[in-house]
Amino acid sequence: MSAGPFQIATQEYTMKNTDIKRLLYTHLLCIFSIILSIFIPSFFLDNFSVLETHLTWLCICSVFVTAVNLVLYLVVKPNTSTKRSSSHKVTRFLKCCIYFLMSCFLFHVIFVLYGAPLIELVLETFLFAVILSTFTTVPCLCLLGPNVKAWLRVFSRNGVTSIWENSLQITTISSFVGTWLGAFPIPLDWERPWQVWPISCTLGATFGYVAGLVISPLWIYWNRKQLTYKTN
Amino acid sequence: MRLGSGTFAAGCVVIEVLGVALFLRGFFPAPVRSFSGPEHHAETPAPEPSAGATSNWTNRPPPLFSKVVIMLIDGLRDDFVFGSKGVKFMPYTTYLVEKGASHSFVAEAKPPTVTMPRIKALMTGSLPGFIDVVRNLNSPALLEDNVITQAWASGRRIIFYGDETWVKLFPRHFVEYDGTTSFFVSDYTEVDDNVTRHLDAVLKRGDWDVLVLHYLGLDHIGHVSGPHSPLIGRKLGEMDSILMRIHTSLLSQERETSPPSLLVLCGDHGMAERGGHGASSVEEVNTALLLISSAFERKPGDVRRPQHVQQTDVAATLAIGLGLPIPKHSVGCLLLPVVAERAMREQLRLLHLNAVQLCRLLQENVPSYEREPGFEQFQKSERLHANWVRLYLEDSHADVLLSLGSKVRRQYSDALRTLSLALSAQGAHYDVYSMLVGAVVVLEVLALLLLSVPQALGATAELDVPLSSPVSCLLFYLTLLLLGAVHVIVCTSAESSCYFCSLAWPAVATVLALASALLCAVASALTRTLVGGELLRRNPAHSGPRWPELDLLLLLGTLGHAASLGSSSFVEEEHQTWYFLVNTLCLALGHDICRRCFPGDDGDRAEWLAGAAPTRPDKSPRHDVLDLDQRRKGRSSLDALRGPEKWMVLASPWLVLSCCRLLRSLNHTGVQWAHRPDLGHWLASSHHKAELSVLAALCLLAIFMLAHRRCSPVSRVAMALGLLGVYCYRAATGHLLLPWQRESKGISKGIVEARFVYVFVLGLLFMGTKDLLKSRVIAADHTHQPTGLRDLHGGLVLLAALLVRPHNLPVLLCSLLVQAVMTRFVWRPLRHSAAEVTAMHYWFGQAFFYFQGNSNNIATVDISAGFVGLNTYMEVPAMFLTAFSTYAGPVLWASHLVNFLSSDTRSGSALRHACFCYALLCSLPVSAYILLVTSLRYHLFIWSVFSPKLLYEGMHLLLTAAVCLSFVASDRSHAKS
Repeated sequence: MSAGPFQIATQEYTMKNTDIKRLLYTHLLCIFSIILSIFIPSFFLDNFSVLETHLTWLCICSVFVTAVNLVLYLVVKPNTSTKRSSSHKVTRFLKCCIYFLMSCFLFHVIFVLYGAPLIELVLETFLFAVILSTFTTVPCLCLLGPNVKAWLRVFSRNGVTSIWENSLQITTISSFVGTWLGAFPIPLDWERPWQVWPISCTLGATFGYVAGLVISPLWIYWNRKQLTYKTN
Repeated sequence: MRLGSGTFAAGCVVIEVLGVALFLRGFFPAPVRSFSGPEHHAETPAPEPSAGATSNWTNRPPPLFSKVVIMLIDGLRDDFVFGSKGVKFMPYTTYLVEKGASHSFVAEAKPPTVTMPRIKALMTGSLPGFIDVVRNLNSPALLEDNVITQAWASGRRIIFYGDETWVKLFPRHFVEYDGTTSFFVSDYTEVDDNVTRHLDAVLKRGDWDVLVLHYLGLDHIGHVSGPHSPLIGRKLGEMDSILMRIHTSLLSQERETSPPSLLVLCGDHGMAERGGHGASSVEEVNTALLLISSAFERKPGDVRRPQHVQQTDVAATLAIGLGLPIPKHSVGCLLLPVVAERAMREQLRLLHLNAVQLCRLLQENVPSYEREPGFEQFQKSERLHANWVRLYLEDSHADVLLSLGSKVRRQYSDALRTLSLALSAQGAHYDVYSMLVGAVVVLEVLALLLLSVPQALGATAELDVPLSSPVSCLLFYLTLLLLGAVHVIVCTSAESSCYFCSLAWPAVATVLALASALLCAVASALTRTLVGGELLRRNPAHSGPRWPELDLLLLLGTLGHAASLGSSSFVEEEHQTWYFLVNTLCLALGHDICRRCFPGDDGDRAEWLAGAAPTRPDKSPRHDVLDLDQRRKGRSSLDALRGPEKWMVLASPWLVLSCCRLLRSLNHTGVQWAHRPDLGHWLASSHHKAELSVLAALCLLAIFMLAHRRCSPVSRVAMALGLLGVYCYRAATGHLLLPWQRESKGISKGIVEARFVYVFVLGLLFMGTKDLLKSRVIAADHTHQPTGLRDLHGGLVLLAALLVRPHNLPVLLCSLLVQAVMTRFVWRPLRHSAAEVTAMHYWFGQAFFYFQGNSNNIATVDISAGFVGLNTYMEVPAMFLTAFSTYAGPVLWASHLVNFLSSDTRSGSALRHACFCYALLCSLPVSAYILLVTSLRYHLFIWSVFSPKLLYEGMHLLLTAAVCLSFVASDRSHAKS
């Protein structure tokens, strides 16, 4: 009996290690999907390049990342605790779609408030909102479902309950920070093609997302001893 | 001695202002000067070079033109004459440019593109220093060698009509003159009629040699309504007809016996796309220059693009045209097409005279002039010239002479260009020693402020200032001695002039003593911090505080902004930085509020609830920014909010964000996006007067409702009448319409209306000051809410409403709205610390500075604000009013900060914390910018981008000093203790 707690601790420890490994693999797959979205379309489309046909790339990248996220969610099933019933699956999916669209519109409004042109370049701004939603809202929807309370919990201080949520927090924040930093080169007078609205910001978001994907497993591995999650 | 941190900070900023002033004096270079005395007229002109045989031509070449008319049109941009506007509105001039006997050029003006330095450049041929902008409004007589003085000395009769600046520059030179003041920017007909009405008589008389006409109307139109206004076309048409009158009259009076006459049409500077001038955009720099004379060959009609020349070339050309010596400080070169019809020998002689003059200037300004490429080219061409003269005197073949002569001419013009360039580059010559002393003072002050942060932001907001220790400290005397020695060494060995060395010794001694005292203070603060830090480290219970996100954002934003000033693009587009930061701040506040309103998990909620219990009934003024736990507890009041109020709290950041977005599209400033159509231009255009009137009326109404809630009835009435007066003033000046006034009445200057408003402004300010003094004298009841500060704020708002242009009234309204919303729904419920509130006020103040349409460019300063309600130009009020209208945003936010903190009775030290933070926030970018500018002083954009920003920073620091002093003055906690 005295060995009990120790055993549980080691079990948890190994569980955590396998979890971190799974996390790493899923993240590598996500990064791979972004890389694929850069190279695959050039086989099918003429004159495809990330900068010149930026909007096409945005759509493709968004679709790829969403698809990979969905597949991973179905395969890995990280949140076993959430109870699901098959009858609600359709409404759940529809709800997710509505949430995604709402987040797109919210981001669009925020970009306009930040100074994006109101009337011109609407499509560009909206696609930028879509890609940012893909990097932030889609993983949230996959992991937490259309559940605002859970979102608020994850994004408040000390609210995460698993390494999945922890990595979600890190990737989302790094995507936002990447987008924010991506706006910096716009006023510079270098006259480069990537300084055009919204290319630098979308690239910033992508780099931020990739950086978050890389950093979060490493950070969790590094701090695995200190991280203890409440089990609800 | 113990000092409140507010007083300490105010003292620091005042010292910093001194340092910045010294730095600025050293930074703006003294222009290129010739050191030889003014006894130029007696000198014989340089003889013609010759090899072997002596030349028989030693006297000065005769004048090329008998009469010269200079028609200077203020703000005549090159495309007004050579572009589509010229073709459309100036048919006669276009005919002359294309087919007539004329030479057309695009003359490039050097920044600062302001009238007085440009007139100086045109007449002296030198490059006036940047500092001349400051003296622009009060121009003393021109003592430098110039064309007008030369002509006057040689007995020419000069007549002048136009801008008064000329009369001030040349007080004794004109036999007849009529100056018009240029300061009523909204008047664009009378200033020109005042010039034209003399024209007929003068042209008929013909008893003069030089006639100067300076037309101001075009520039005034530009200032008021921009270069695309329909008024521009009408004005250009008027100018065209005047040019035709002068030209036909000159042609009819020309005799065969005397040399022909010359008509010069030129602009002093261009006009930016927004209508102002002062900076170095292409539109401001390129001016039209047209020389018309029957001496020139008629053009066959091929339209060539006008050649680009320097504005300084005009002086040399005019001097040669009038047969005068070239002004000594002129860095310009002769415009070769003007003399192209003369004999080859004369052409070469004139070029030689110009080259000799430039070389002399080079010798006096560059120690190693022999290695200059221009000097070598000159020597080579002089040798060739000498050979040519020998051949000429030996009567060689004409073809040989011609081909060789044109080769020499080409050589000369290359040499002239190189010399002129080398001399122009000499303008960028810094007085490094003065700069260094100024920078050291500024940096020491910054270090002192930074080191005293923990003490000054502590609970009591007081700090020890060891005033007596520097006097007895060995370090102080050693440093003073060292600095004195350095001063003597530098000043005795300096080759170029140095401002700090030329100061009287008591001033120098004061500055040096100040610098060494500051060094001692910094050293003592440093040791104290180190000792304190060690104590802190030994105490394990005291763990380092965790920074909340908002503080981190405020800190990083301020630091990032200071760092971004190193890039010219970020200086040009600084408004984008501030808008970005303010938006991020609002979003961060929104996030913060959201998290507080919906605490995530139960643990959090329990913590909040525990905090929500009646906390801290204690009256102790303990309020430490670093003490987070306490504040966290205090912040829990959000849960106590009722339903609608809670939603307002949640919505307020979004409301502020939408306000900011609206204002952002009101005025586009900066460089890259300035040309985009914006709401401000749309409103200011003459077609939308009705819309502007409705908007202004609504804004004034809303300003009244926002500015004077909870005020005494007397000040309410004063405010209402004042705002009514503002509308009447704008209606009188023709910006707005009155509903009962169908037909457009004549435009007046609105003196009466403006003075009517001033009465109420002064009344409000007086009442506020009286209340404040009363509350300080009595100081008995602590609960008494200071209405004095509110009246002062109201007075400032009223003054700003009078001075800003009518399309900027929404900026004023939004600033009041944002202040009200943030106070009620964000700062009060969330209980931000004084330091945070100050930083936010500072950020918003900066953002509103740019929302008003300002930029880091001198052209956007609205000088017309300086003449509201003034009949004649008065320097001090005009400067004060212009400065206030430019900095209305930051001033109003600072005044709101005082209001907010003193009405918020949570802590006595809040105002002192705020003052300290405000001083620190302002001196950080100034110090960083001074360092950056010093290291970037050879940057390509130093004159066009960085130095105007330096002037703005200096002005901002001066303003900060005033703000800090008023903080100290309104701090009632002194009186209490």
